Amino acid sequence: MPIPVIYNLRSVRARWTSAIVAILGIAGTVSVFVAMMSLARGFKMTLVSSGSTQNAMVRRAGSTSEIDGAVSLEQVKVIEDAPGLARSDEGPLLSPEVVVIAAFPLKSSGTDANVQVRGVSPMVLRVRDNVKMVAGRFFQPGLNELVVGSHAATSYRGLDLGDTIKFGGGTWKVVGVFDADGAAFDSEVWADAHVVSQVYHRPENVFQSVTAHLTSPGALDTFKDALTADPRMTVEVDRERDYYDRQSQTLTTLIVVLGTIVAVVMGIGAVFGALNTMYSAVAERSREIATMRALGFGAASVVFSFLIEALLISFLGGLLGCLLVIPLNGLTTGTMNFQTFTYLAFAFRVTPELLLGGIAFALFMGLVGGVPPAIRAARQPVSVALRAL
Amino acid sequence: MVRVDGNGGAASLIHVRGLDKKYTRGGEEIHVLQGLNLDVDSGDFVAFMGPSGSGKTTLLNLLGGLDVPSAGTITVAGDEITHMSASKLTGWRARHVGFIFQMYNLIPVLTAFQNVELPLLLTKLSKSERKQHVETALQLVGLGDRMKHYPRQLSGGQEQRVAIARAIVSDPTFLLCDEPTGDLDRKAADEIMDLVGRLVKEYGKTVLMVTHDPAVAQQAQVTLRLEKGSLVGAPEGAAKP
Ligand SMILES: Nc1ncnc2c1ncn2[C@@H]1O[C@H](COP(=O)(O)OP(=O)(O)OP(=O)(O)O)[C@@H](O)[C@H]1O
Ligand SMILES: [Mg+2]
Repeated sequence: MPIPVIYNLRSVRARWTSAIVAILGIAGTVSVFVAMMSLARGFKMTLVSSGSTQNAMVRRAGSTSEIDGAVSLEQVKVIEDAPGLARSDEGPLLSPEVVVIAAFPLKSSGTDANVQVRGVSPMVLRVRDNVKMVAGRFFQPGLNELVVGSHAATSYRGLDLGDTIKFGGGTWKVVGVFDADGAAFDSEVWADAHVVSQVYHRPENVFQSVTAHLTSPGALDTFKDALTADPRMTVEVDRERDYYDRQSQTLTTLIVVLGTIVAVVMGIGAVFGALNTMYSAVAERSREIATMRALGFGAASVVFSFLIEALLISFLGGLLGCLLVIPLNGLTTGTMNFQTFTYLAFAFRVTPELLLGGIAFALFMGLVGGVPPAIRAARQPVSVALRAL
Repeated sequence: MVRVDGNGGAASLIHVRGLDKKYTRGGEEIHVLQGLNLDVDSGDFVAFMGPSGSGKTTLLNLLGGLDVPSAGTITVAGDEITHMSASKLTGWRARHVGFIFQMYNLIPVLTAFQNVELPLLLTKLSKSERKQHVETALQLVGLGDRMKHYPRQLSGGQEQRVAIARAIVSDPTFLLCDEPTGDLDRKAADEIMDLVGRLVKEYGKTVLMVTHDPAVAQQAQVTLRLEKGSLVGAPEGAAKP
């Protein structure tokens, strides 16, 4: 049987001031790491949840984002007849859209931030069935009326229900608030696509993208093949979810890479903290170790015992780090969406997997910091250590 | 029968021949033990005396398998320990040697019970069997009511008695005591020596003990002196005050 774990537990408790250095180092590293990863996770989830698997997005071939696409009215007619498109008694379920950018003052700071104003079809709520009206009503086609996303409504001055606001050379009335369950649309303002084009003096009947609701997620291939094979069309068809997934890629990768670099640098510091704590534990307890060895505990038992102790300390550090970041969960923050240069709200997502990852990272640091001192402990010559007072 | 002349039969419990131990320190060689011979039978109680630095602790460490000699052999109950691998030697210590140190060497974060239980964790005994053995050992040293106490809650004499309980709990072949009363006052020292005397007389234990105190050495059946790297029998009555 190995050296009892109670020995390590009580030793750590008896020398907690020394352990606290290692615990805080590891806790700090883990909390920063988990916070960065949950930021990346939250950002990705916000964008990915914007796209539906049952929607297709049609843009001019070669355009990298919605902003620089162009789809003509004739092409919209072709899309309306495409196989795989869902239809209702009021017509085919698609939304030809134009996107412009307008600056609104943030309630918090008073400074302007760019907001994506999306001209949509009156059918849009049936195309994007994850979007629901939560206050007021939907806009009437042909009128200068706005419906605003739930985050935009609370974040910007002049976008409350009933407000009248001027932008893009027009005067608009906020008639409703919609909620997209945390998706990117919550940071947008929607109006009738025809009205947006008129107000902004854009060519009428030219759209940047068309979002189409499919009969099923599996219908994408049929839909896509029909459109790309058609000689009248020079369009690119993506699943809406994939489009938003790609949009999230750049910033997500940036945060993950940055987070990893910061975690590695802090982790090296934390490992040195653990090394220091464990080396001094070994030095202070060399006579106890020698006594155990004299009683007949083997070198392996000693290594194992000190590794357990290092893991124990690092687990406490990991736990503390996780407790520090849990309150961040759901906390909303915002960033520039670098594809469109508009402001996008998203929340930290501290998931159980990320917390487990944080604990695993802590244990890894404990292991790296624990192995050399544990080996030193087992290598001490017993007869020499017994003489030391 | 204890002999130091190298003429003891191979049947003796502890059989030491030509034991040499050299230390090198700062390029200088110290020849501590020089061709030492010793035979100890089961049930013997031997005291080692000698000036400081004469090699008494060195000898006990070699006999207990904590250190390896430069030359010579040590055979205990037929096993030659001088050529055992380190890991075999560790297992051998657990089965055959009970150590009692001057500074008690109890684990401060463990209770008296847990300290005494330590050697039993290396046996196949079940938890309830261990409990029984530990209680018996602590009662034998008169500390049946102190099992949940930590070392710092005990007097020096009590700590040493816990250490004795720990040394005997696994019923080892022999006990090695390095100045077991060196840190105790007269009264506590007498109590410890009474206890060690009982272990020899009532339980037939084999004890090898280092001491500076002639009154303590007197308790042993035989007193040997370490001189110039080997053992000599003390003249009859020399150890007596
Ligand atoms: N690890 C070592 N390295 C070098 N020299 C050592 C070592 N251990 C002991 N010595 C030397 O060996 C000699 C014998 O030491 P030992 O501790 O055996 O003496 P002792 O008889 O027990 O002394 P004391 O009565 O003071 O306890 C001393 O000169 C000591 O300095
Ligand atoms: Mg000594």
